[in-house]
Amino acid sequence: MKGRTKRLSWALWALCSLAAGAALADRLVSEPRSRQLFLPGRTTDGHYQIELECAACHTPRFTSADDLQAACISCHGAELAEAKDSHPTSKFTDPRNAERVALLDGRLCITCHAEHRPERTGSMGLSLPGDYCYHCHEDVGTERESHVGLAFDSCASSGCHNFHDNRALYEDYLVQHGSEPWLLSAPLIAKGGPEPARKSSAKALGLGEADGPAFARQETAAWLASAHAEAGVNCSGCHQGTGAGFSPDVPSEVCGTCHAGPTEGWLSGRHGMRVKTGAQPMRVSEARKPMKASAHDSELSCSSCHGNHGTETERAALEACEACHDDEHTRAYRRSKHFALLMEERSGRIAAGGGVSCASCHLPKRVDEGGRPSTQHNQNDNLRPAEKMIRTACQSCHGLPFSIDSLADRALAQRNFDRAPSAHVLSVDFALERAK
Amino acid sequence: MNRPSSDRHESFEKRPPRLRNACLASVAVAASLGALGCGEKAGGITPQQMTDALHAVMESDRTVYTKNVVNRLQNKENVIKASEHWEDDKALPLPAQMFRMGAEMVATKKAGFTYALLSKWPVNKQNKASTAIETQGLDFVADAKNKGKAFYGEEKLGEKTYFTAVYADTAVVEACITCHNGHKDSPRRDFQLGDVMGGVVIRVPL
Repeated sequence: MKGRTKRLSWALWALCSLAAGAALADRLVSEPRSRQLFLPGRTTDGHYQIELECAACHTPRFTSADDLQAACISCHGAELAEAKDSHPTSKFTDPRNAERVALLDGRLCITCHAEHRPERTGSMGLSLPGDYCYHCHEDVGTERESHVGLAFDSCASSGCHNFHDNRALYEDYLVQHGSEPWLLSAPLIAKGGPEPARKSSAKALGLGEADGPAFARQETAAWLASAHAEAGVNCSGCHQGTGAGFSPDVPSEVCGTCHAGPTEGWLSGRHGMRVKTGAQPMRVSEARKPMKASAHDSELSCSSCHGNHGTETERAALEACEACHDDEHTRAYRRSKHFALLMEERSGRIAAGGGVSCASCHLPKRVDEGGRPSTQHNQNDNLRPAEKMIRTACQSCHGLPFSIDSLADRALAQRNFDRAPSAHVLSVDFALERAK
Repeated sequence: MNRPSSDRHESFEKRPPRLRNACLASVAVAASLGALGCGEKAGGITPQQMTDALHAVMESDRTVYTKNVVNRLQNKENVIKASEHWEDDKALPLPAQMFRMGAEMVATKKAGFTYALLSKWPVNKQNKASTAIETQGLDFVADAKNKGKAFYGEEKLGEKTYFTAVYADTAVVEACITCHNGHKDSPRRDFQLGDVMGGVVIRVPL
C-alpha cells in the first residue's frame, strides 16, 4: 500500500512537471513577452532591446561558442572591420598562441564581454576584465621607460589604448598630431554632398500624376516638393499600392530598397536593431535612457527623424534627436559653443560645416568602399569607448591632444563640452618624448 | 636539431581527415608550381612537401611584391612611398604587412595550415619566437652554414601536434634593410642585402 502511494506520488510529480514544462515551452515559443521569465540576468544596454529575441544570438545549438561568435560578428563585424580591429580573431587562431588562448581566449567576444551578467557589466554597458592586455603585453610594463610602474589594468581605462580601435591612438599618429592646437585652422565638418540613392529611371513626376488614394491627397504637396517626386518615385512606390493595398506607414525595409547604405547602418544601430531581428520597432517608452514623455508613444522608423516625404536632414541632425532624448548631455547642448556655431551656420553667417549638430558627432559622414559619401546611421559605431569618436568627429575641428583630453573628461561630456577639459591623458606626452 | 625522422612521416592514408583535406588542397598549389611531377599521386604528399610547396608560392609572391611593386615604385621610380601606416599615409603596405595580411586572411578560412613571419630581431615584439621549435628554427635559418636549407620539426601546441617548417626570410632589396635598420623599434640595425632577417613559419596539424 505504501509502495503504491509512493508510485502515485512520483507519477503525479512527473505529470505536474511535464505540464509546467509544456506551459513554459508554450510561452517561450508563442509569446515573446513571456520570454522575460527565461532571462538569466539583466541584459546589457547594448542588447536589452532585443533580449526577447533569444534566437538573435542563441541558435538551436544553444551552448555552441562558435554559433554565439557568429551571432556577434553578424551584427558587429562591419563595425570592427571599419575600426581596423587591432585584435581580430585571426590573431588568436594561430596555434603559436595556444598558451595565450588558454589564458585568454581572444577568439571569442564572450571571453571579455559576458551577457546577462549585471554584476560584471561596467559603465560602458558591457563587461570587461581588467587584465586582458597584461597576458600578452606584460613586458611593456618593464621595457618601456614611460610605462614602468603603470597599473596593469590602466592601458585602456586611462584613455591611452583601445583593444579594437586604435585609429587615433597608435604611437606614430600621436606623434604626427601631438602638437596640434586645440582648434584647427579650418574647423569644418565634412558635408560630403547628397546621400547617394539607387537611381530611378523614371522621369520627374508632377502634381497630377500622384497615384495615391484620395484620402492621402493632403500629403501630396509634401511629396511633390521632395526628391522622391523629382526622382519619379510615385506614392505607390513606397506605400505598397494605390487602392485598398495602400499603406500609410512605410516600413524601413521599403526605404532600404533605394537607400541601402543608410538603412543598413540604421538597422545595426540602437534605433533599428529591433527591426533587424524581426521584432516590432523600438518604442521610445521602452528605452533605458531618459526620454521625453511626449515621445513615449512613438515608434522608431526612418520617418521618425526624416519626416514622411522629404529628407529633412536639418531636422534629423538636431531637432529630431531632442524630440525624444532627455538626458543631461542632450539638454546641455543648446548652451554649448557647438550649438551657437550651428545657428550661425544655419543663418549663413559661417560656412557650411562650421556648425556642430548631434549628427555631426553621432552620425558622422564617411566614405564607403566605392568612394561615395554617406552618413553613418549606426550611432553605435563611434559611441563607446569615446575615443572612437576622435577621428570620425572631433578631429574635423580640434587638435588631437585637446580631443583626447576632452573625451576623457566624463563630466565635461555630460555638460556637452561647454569648457576646456580638466582631464589630461599622458599618451601624447609619452609618444612625443620617445620620438625626441 | 629537431628534424623529423623518416618513421615520423606516416603515409598520407594514416593521417586524420583534416590533414588529408589540407594536403589535397595543396595539390593544386604545388602542381601549379611544378613542385610535383605530373604523374605523382596526391596520396604521396608528405607534410614537408606540402609546406615546401606552400612556401614556394609565398616566397615568390613576396619577392614579386617587394621587388616589382614596392622597391620599383618607392626606390627606383619615386612614385609612391611604402608605409607602416599605409592607409593613413595613402601609401603602399610594407612587404611584411602584405605577407601578414595574407596570413591573417588564410587564418579565417580554416585552410588546414597556418603561417607567420617571425624574427630573432622583430620590429614588433609579438613576432619573436614563442615556442621552442620557433626558436630553434629561427636560429637554424639565420646560421650562415645552413644557407638554402629549411628547418623541420614537430611540436605540440595546446591539444594538437603540428608539423612545423621554418624557412629563411632574406633581405632581397634595399627597401628591406633601410626600413629595418632605421625603425625606432628595431632591435638590430646592421642588416645588409642578402642577410637572413627572419623566418617564415608554416604549420600543418598532424
